[in-house]
Amino acid sequence: MSMHVTADRDVCVGAGLCALTAPGTFDQDDDGLVTVLEPDPEAADQPAAREAGNLCPSGAVRIAEQPPVA
Amino acid sequence: MTETAATHQTETAPTELPPTEDALAFPNDRTCPYRLPEGYTRLRDEKEPLRRVTLYDGRQAWVVTKHETARKLLSDPRLSSDRTHDDFPATSPRFQGLRDRRPAFISLDPPEHGTRRRMLISDFTVKRIKGMRTDIERIVHGFIDEMLAAGPLADLVSQFALPVPSMVICQMLGVPYADHAFFQDASRRLVQSTDAADTVAARDDLDRYLGGLITKLEAEPGGGAGQGMLGSLVAEQLANGEIDREELVATALLLLVAGHETTASMTSLSVITLLEHPDQLAALRADPGLIPGAVEELLRYLAIADVAGGRLAKADIEIDGQLIRAGEGVIVTNSIANRDGAVFEDPDTFDVHRSPRHHIAFGYGVHQCLGQNLARLELEVILTALLDRIPTLRLAVPVEQLTLRPGTTIQGVNELPVTW
Repeated sequence: MSMHVTADRDVCVGAGLCALTAPGTFDQDDDGLVTVLEPDPEAADQPAAREAGNLCPSGAVRIAEQPPVA
Repeated sequence: MTETAATHQTETAPTELPPTEDALAFPNDRTCPYRLPEGYTRLRDEKEPLRRVTLYDGRQAWVVTKHETARKLLSDPRLSSDRTHDDFPATSPRFQGLRDRRPAFISLDPPEHGTRRRMLISDFTVKRIKGMRTDIERIVHGFIDEMLAAGPLADLVSQFALPVPSMVICQMLGVPYADHAFFQDASRRLVQSTDAADTVAARDDLDRYLGGLITKLEAEPGGGAGQGMLGSLVAEQLANGEIDREELVATALLLLVAGHETTASMTSLSVITLLEHPDQLAALRADPGLIPGAVEELLRYLAIADVAGGRLAKADIEIDGQLIRAGEGVIVTNSIANRDGAVFEDPDTFDVHRSPRHHIAFGYGVHQCLGQNLARLELEVILTALLDRIPTLRLAVPVEQLTLRPGTTIQGVNELPVTW
């Protein structure tokens, strides 16, 4: 399964759940807003990134997943 | 998540429940520090995700009983947080007393809300909060030292649970901790008074106090810069007109009160809950690595801010087969949503192995608690230190004899006699 993550800094409210839950994929900049460290997380980081997408309270974190092409 | 009703339309027309005379009175008082009141269990077990309840002033509002519906509604821009609106659901006379007072950002809707919140979030990032660990540990161990020296027999609330987060938020904001007797008392009156006049008096006292601090900061060289968050807000946002004085006072008040009342309540109720579940306490002792997950479970299970999720519908909202009319009040009750069996297996069981970060104890949507990562760290440090330093800690009175706060405010106890 390939995964691509994006983050919309315009709607981010700086709750920090992404940086807390998936620190390999997300961070917060000095203003407290989301930044993406790794837009295409490796398999090992995907569960945490998926959870961050589920927890994000503002809808800023988006996770797109695609099954491998056969 | 900004899902709208359009993405959740059902095949059938939504059910419109008329106001009913037998709607449950809301809120309800807990009779146990960590169990849902019986009325909430009944609401939780209903099939419908929304039920009408009757508030103290005779008005009705919707209580949201399902976790998924709660998250959708808290993300829905058609629900307003404007607590100054006449139709905003009031859960106590206290609320009514403050209706015409200048509110802080929690009462603002987007886009104004975002502008104000962004002035504050850089101080609450995960990284900044992590950097406070050593300071928080020093504060926690300092109060434990004092309690051990003066005991055994202590009131865990006044000697530990309240002073720890008070001192932490004071350092962060730049409020002198030496004034703690004043602001702890005023905060307690603000969140617990049973009549509107007392609440307004407490708000006046805190406004005057914080207004005075702001005036002092303005007179400092550099206009307060370097003196905590309050100093920065005075030196920057107040000086350049991004926030006016009255709103800055309201913001400082919210940060100060929310910064210590909530963590203090969580600390007391967490200690009670762990002492009443010895197997769970033993699991934490055996593996302190479980503590961060246990903090999430305690947040889920105790849901102390369970009347904080009020909203007002600005438009008709079709949601999960039901219809909320424009002008109706909606209350997302965290304690009920956090025990939704569809999301949390065996939801009434306290289990420190669960680590359920998707609870909504901090709310959800754009208003989700700004200080949540500070609260997480404080609770982790507090529980780690208490387990380590006072291994024989126990309640000095049976749990049934504790006086619980009423359902209208932040859940907790005002006194917690403990011994060791």
